[in-house]
Amino acid sequence: MTDQPLNAIERMATVKQERMNARLKQRYNRERRFKAYGIASISAGLAFLAVLLVTIFSAGIPAFQSTFIQLDVTYDPDALYIDDASDPEQLRFADFDNAVRQSLLARFPDVTGRNETRALMSLISTASGYTIRDRLTENPDLLGQSETLWLMADDDLDLVLNGTIDRTLPESERRVSDLELTWIDDWDASGELDRRFNTTFFTRGDSRDPETAGVWGAVVGSFYTLVVTLALSFPIGVAAAIYLEEFAPKNRLTEIIEVNINNLAAVPSIVFGLLGLAVFINFFGLPRSAPVVGGLVLTLMTLPTIIISARASIRAVPPSIRDAAMGLGASKMQVTLHHVLPLALPGMLTGTIIGMAQALGETAPLLMIGMVAFIVDIPQGFTDAATVLPVQVYIWSDSPERAFIAKTSAAIMVLLGFLALMNLLAVLLRRKFERRW
Amino acid sequence: MTITNQYSEQKAETVTVAKTEPDQFDIGDWTQTVGDPLLDDPRLSARNVDVFYADNQAIENVSLDIGKNEVIAMIGPSGCGKSTFLRTLNRMNDSIDICKVRGEIILDGQNIYDKSMDVVELRAKVGMVFQKPNPFPKSIYDNVAYGPRIHGLVSRRAELDEVVETALRKAGLWDEAKDRLDKPATGLSGGQQQRLCIARTIAISPEVILMDEPCSALDPIATARIEELIAELSENYTIAIVTHSMQQAARVSQRTAYFHLGKLIEVGDTDKIFTSPDHKLTEDYITGRFG
Amino acid sequence: MQTSTLIMIVLALTVGAYVLGRQRSVHLAQPLGGIKRLHSLPNYYGLMAAVWTGIPALVVLTIWSAFESSVITGTVLASLPASYADLSEARVGLVLSQIQNIGLGTIDGSELPDLAQAGELLASLNASSQFGKIALTIVIAILGGGYAWLRTSPALRARPQFELVLKGFFLLCSTIAIFTTIGIILSVLFESIRFFQSVPVFDFVFGTKWSPQIAIRADQVGSSGAFGAIPLFVGTLLIAAIALLVAVPLGLMSAVYLSEYANSRVRSVVKPLLEVLAGIPTVVYGFFAALTMAPLVRDFFQGIGMDGVSAESALAAGLVMGIMIIPFVSSLSDDVINAVPNSLRDGSYGLGATKSETIRQVVFPAALPGIMGGVLLAASRAIGETMIVVMAAGLAANLTVNPLQAVTTVTVQIATLLVGDQEFDSPKTLAAFALGLMLFITTLLLNIVAMSIVKRFREQYD
Repeated sequence: MTDQPLNAIERMATVKQERMNARLKQRYNRERRFKAYGIASISAGLAFLAVLLVTIFSAGIPAFQSTFIQLDVTYDPDALYIDDASDPEQLRFADFDNAVRQSLLARFPDVTGRNETRALMSLISTASGYTIRDRLTENPDLLGQSETLWLMADDDLDLVLNGTIDRTLPESERRVSDLELTWIDDWDASGELDRRFNTTFFTRGDSRDPETAGVWGAVVGSFYTLVVTLALSFPIGVAAAIYLEEFAPKNRLTEIIEVNINNLAAVPSIVFGLLGLAVFINFFGLPRSAPVVGGLVLTLMTLPTIIISARASIRAVPPSIRDAAMGLGASKMQVTLHHVLPLALPGMLTGTIIGMAQALGETAPLLMIGMVAFIVDIPQGFTDAATVLPVQVYIWSDSPERAFIAKTSAAIMVLLGFLALMNLLAVLLRRKFERRW
Repeated sequence: MTITNQYSEQKAETVTVAKTEPDQFDIGDWTQTVGDPLLDDPRLSARNVDVFYADNQAIENVSLDIGKNEVIAMIGPSGCGKSTFLRTLNRMNDSIDICKVRGEIILDGQNIYDKSMDVVELRAKVGMVFQKPNPFPKSIYDNVAYGPRIHGLVSRRAELDEVVETALRKAGLWDEAKDRLDKPATGLSGGQQQRLCIARTIAISPEVILMDEPCSALDPIATARIEELIAELSENYTIAIVTHSMQQAARVSQRTAYFHLGKLIEVGDTDKIFTSPDHKLTEDYITGRFG
Repeated sequence: MQTSTLIMIVLALTVGAYVLGRQRSVHLAQPLGGIKRLHSLPNYYGLMAAVWTGIPALVVLTIWSAFESSVITGTVLASLPASYADLSEARVGLVLSQIQNIGLGTIDGSELPDLAQAGELLASLNASSQFGKIALTIVIAILGGGYAWLRTSPALRARPQFELVLKGFFLLCSTIAIFTTIGIILSVLFESIRFFQSVPVFDFVFGTKWSPQIAIRADQVGSSGAFGAIPLFVGTLLIAAIALLVAVPLGLMSAVYLSEYANSRVRSVVKPLLEVLAGIPTVVYGFFAALTMAPLVRDFFQGIGMDGVSAESALAAGLVMGIMIIPFVSSLSDDVINAVPNSLRDGSYGLGATKSETIRQVVFPAALPGIMGGVLLAASRAIGETMIVVMAAGLAANLTVNPLQAVTTVTVQIATLLVGDQEFDSPKTLAAFALGLMLFITTLLLNIVAMSIVKRFREQYD
């Protein structure tokens, strides 16, 4: 071979080192650039996550505080237009707002005229009248006397105090007038304003007034909805997974079931809402806005997730366990229920919790079945009109009032808190029962 | 233990097998390789090489020279470290986080584990053929052209065409592949795929070719073709082959190295190893007492 | 009696049947030499008795309850004089509620004798249905229990029979997926057909003007042109395209970095963090898009001197949606990249390729079908996403591909048309179901194609 002319590879070999070296630097630069793209992509995602959370948390924190105004309230029979506070009929028609108005006017004697009075009244929450009514209902003896109360302030006052409303703007561009600011400053200077933890937010239902709006109604609604979802989707999902993994013959039906499950997992959630509206509400006549319907819709939606994860955990149980039990004469069903199921259960629970977390965050299908209504009362059962946390977020985010931005963000924080708890639970469960075969 | 998932399977095998090896074949107070591990003018020389996977030592103090244009076969029972040793020769173990190599491996006067050594350059010099044929999901042509292209070894298309043709001819695949160069390589048979992988390696003109049980996934006829090919290639290249089959080692190699539990037990001319080995373990292995 | 009380009664009967059945089997076995003479353990005899008592009764109860109201309503309507025969659907609903109120006594029926009569009929039908339901359910439960009592004998193969019942239940549970799909198809299909009776299919699918609000005025019901869905389709695709342009490169590169470059420690921290993005409810993204991203986008483009940037731009919604599906793309790509056999990477490294060369020239081509499948699934996600667009994309049905303009999407329109009070026969409401049908078909096709691509890809390397 040596006397033959060099072949192509041998010719190439003579310049190999030189050509390789010529490109090496460029190749390593490309390598670095490629790696940098990867890091940049991940950083972009994580940075967005950080921005999202920081934005929402910083917007939401003010909602956890509300301002109270100290006021000397006189239970003046003339202002209330009643003479007997122990008579429920009289209490129903008493003008408590007038009592509040008189107390405010007593605090600021300079205020005269309708407009100024109305401006002054706008600084105190519209719920104050109810607060006084409740006081008087409990202690009818207070009629004709006076006492010092801390009454909830209007949301505008909150916004001024936490700086959301910019005082430096010209008066015409501001929600709060100069006159109102002087009253607020007067109160503030004499220590008649107090900022307290906003318990209302965690104990009440929705309201048109931001300062009295709470998430509790939505939390309870979410709870009822999830109870229905869990009660249906867990047993059904586990049963379906057991059938598909342990009993299903390889036939047409099984194939169709599997295709359907995989498909449903990817069907847009709003389509499930259409299903719920057409089938559960219009066909079966179930009540609108009810947690039971929401639960049914979310069950259908989360079933694929639960079935898929339950199947995975059944598959993770090694066949040797089945063989061992089978060898002792147990029937297929006994093997499944006594041996496979207990071993697969932690995995199934983890998958179910994750499915429930998904269901808790779901909004779109619930809009279709009317859970978007404005509901003040805390739901008392599965068929009461209710809303859920994410829908509450949606409703508030649609409200024009400035103070609802903080409420919305705070509701998101509550929602994220629940989701974090559920995921934490899933992680702990997985850690505790993680088993390597 | 943290393992990168891509190699976990391989690693697990190495570790568990080494642990379950029966004690009766323990080497005991082994100190030195029997035979002639060192050569006068080697192409590649390993000195006191230790390889660790985390806390498990997979290779222990191996010194071995590989001569110019020779075929050296590495044999031994599974888990003996022969594949691990082969992979250290072109730093294929680099990508395993937990793998640590000690000692020196010298190619062209330079320790390949030196910081200044460029692994890309090293692998362009020391090519490798794997156990399972692993053609890229590209055309036959692109498979062979892959190496020259990434290293920028050719400047014109015509030149590349020639290199591809030469590599395929040398691998004995030209006649079968010339009419379907633009067809996916995955359409070839197992034996053809393995020859394509050899052609792919030849196309970057390496000095040494490492072969890790190249015939283990092939039928006897395809194996015979590869063995012929190895014999032809040994005229121009240095070849180190790991094999499970003692017969194959006997057929293709000039020298044979016997590994046992991560240690190099005996090295010598293939004829000698297979007729009158000096070490008891080697004899037991080639006579089929274990393995 | 409430249905829930009835269910409790049936359940109580079932528990009783279990106890009795179990005792009876033990009792029967006594003279034969104890329970080892029984075919199955006593438990199974009890369970079979419970099955016979509870299941037929509950099935009958369910069927009765499901058809009760429609049968009664039908009978009441049929009893009305001929003058009520051909009423529009809205009128029928009104008449029915009148009848109900008369029946309940909340409305005085003396002025409407026909309806008053119907009201009486309704009340009596309701009462007899209630009685029939309770009686039939309890009788069937007792009959079932009695049958189980009679057939209990030591030779009864109670365990296999019970296992068969259980298996049947498991099968039933797994077929719910099929029924759900059928339910979706039927519910969107029927309403869509009704919609297409007033608005031609062609006008819907190819019309370029969408203004359902105008069409509810009486003189314009179903007027052509008002239900042209093209602006919605274009808007949906525009936002989905922006989302994919963000999510695919970022998701893919994240997956590549995590599976090929990052060491296990980095991976174990970063991967769950990225997955947090997938766990955040879409309503939160929507709020963020509307509150923060949209003004940001508008200010940015106005800052560089562009006019007419909408406050509800497609870009803002698309960007946020893109971020939301990053983890989705990334985990799908991760699966696919890990499915590419390592032997291919080894082959490439063995030839001296760098990591990025190997990824770009060997791993990507090998993973391409799988990645394509993932992108299609992500597209289906983006098209079906609702809350982000509802909150950030607006309602203006502009036919434009300018990402700085406001557009609306199919899902936004479905949500808007169906939220709040609705009449079920107005084209406005029905249009939502027609859009739902389009959405379902599109995502179904995308999913099926994507899943078959991914499946074939997996089989290739298995």
